Amino acid sequence: MQTDWLWGLLGGGLIGSAGAMFLLLNGRIMGASGILGTVVDGTAGRNLVENTVFIAGLVGVPWLISLGWQGQVTNITSSNWAIVVGGVLVGLGTRLANGCTSGHGVCGISRLSRRGIAATLAYVGAGMIGIALFRHVWGLI
Amino acid sequence: MARLIFAFLSGSVFGIGLLVSGMTDTQKVQGFLDIFGAWDPTLAFVMGGAILPMVVAWRFAARQRTALTGAPMPHPGRGPVDARLIGGSVLFGAGWAIAGLCPGPALASLGFGGTGGVIFLLAMMAGMVVSARIARPTDGVTAWTSDP
Repeated sequence: MQTDWLWGLLGGGLIGSAGAMFLLLNGRIMGASGILGTVVDGTAGRNLVENTVFIAGLVGVPWLISLGWQGQVTNITSSNWAIVVGGVLVGLGTRLANGCTSGHGVCGISRLSRRGIAATLAYVGAGMIGIALFRHVWGLI
Repeated sequence: MARLIFAFLSGSVFGIGLLVSGMTDTQKVQGFLDIFGAWDPTLAFVMGGAILPMVVAWRFAARQRTALTGAPMPHPGRGPVDARLIGGSVLFGAGWAIAGLCPGPALASLGFGGTGGVIFLLAMMAGMVVSARIARPTDGVTAWTSDP
């Protein structure tokens, strides 16, 4: 749609505002893979409750909105093997790299972190090559 | 208690932002990565829109020793760009291309993502556990590792 970029910019502003809140109010860096990953692997320590509450807001509020405002779709592929392979790679990769789109992308680039910029170039580059191969060359997705 | 309320608010606003921006739609994410197909630039606008408030926040944070709730303010240093960072990011990028979800949107879309969304989240958490088994999680161990 013509207005998608505007919604993108607006939604992005909200994402950045959430990151700014988490940093300035709680002294935390808003990285989704770290917040979830440390809860899952048991290394969250004294951030455990704070991380769990963050996840509750992140899951619960969009869910509540979707109850009243229909039309949310993820359009995720119907192929379960692709979902499992994709999920494992995302979980493994983001934890090895210590960050994902929010941590390295939003929080890293905004402070001109070399690691954040390098990671973002790597995952966007790999994603573009991945789509080219999986969709256009091999026709898998 | 204040920290928990702010954590809930941050997570909620993050989720609303992902919803509003369209990033919970895998087709828009995969559309951004599809430079040889019908390229969708939306994700670049989302990134730009998200980075702007964070630039201001980091500038402000640089002068603070503690956050508003009294928690220590992180001042991440300059860490090395190493094989683990790049290798992990390449694996992440490949998975991102296959499924069109990254960790934030996977959580934000859980309530309406159907069975596929649940399977993705479980597989992603399994990958996170595997990562912790084969390589020590580095969050907060040294100055640079708190650098996402």
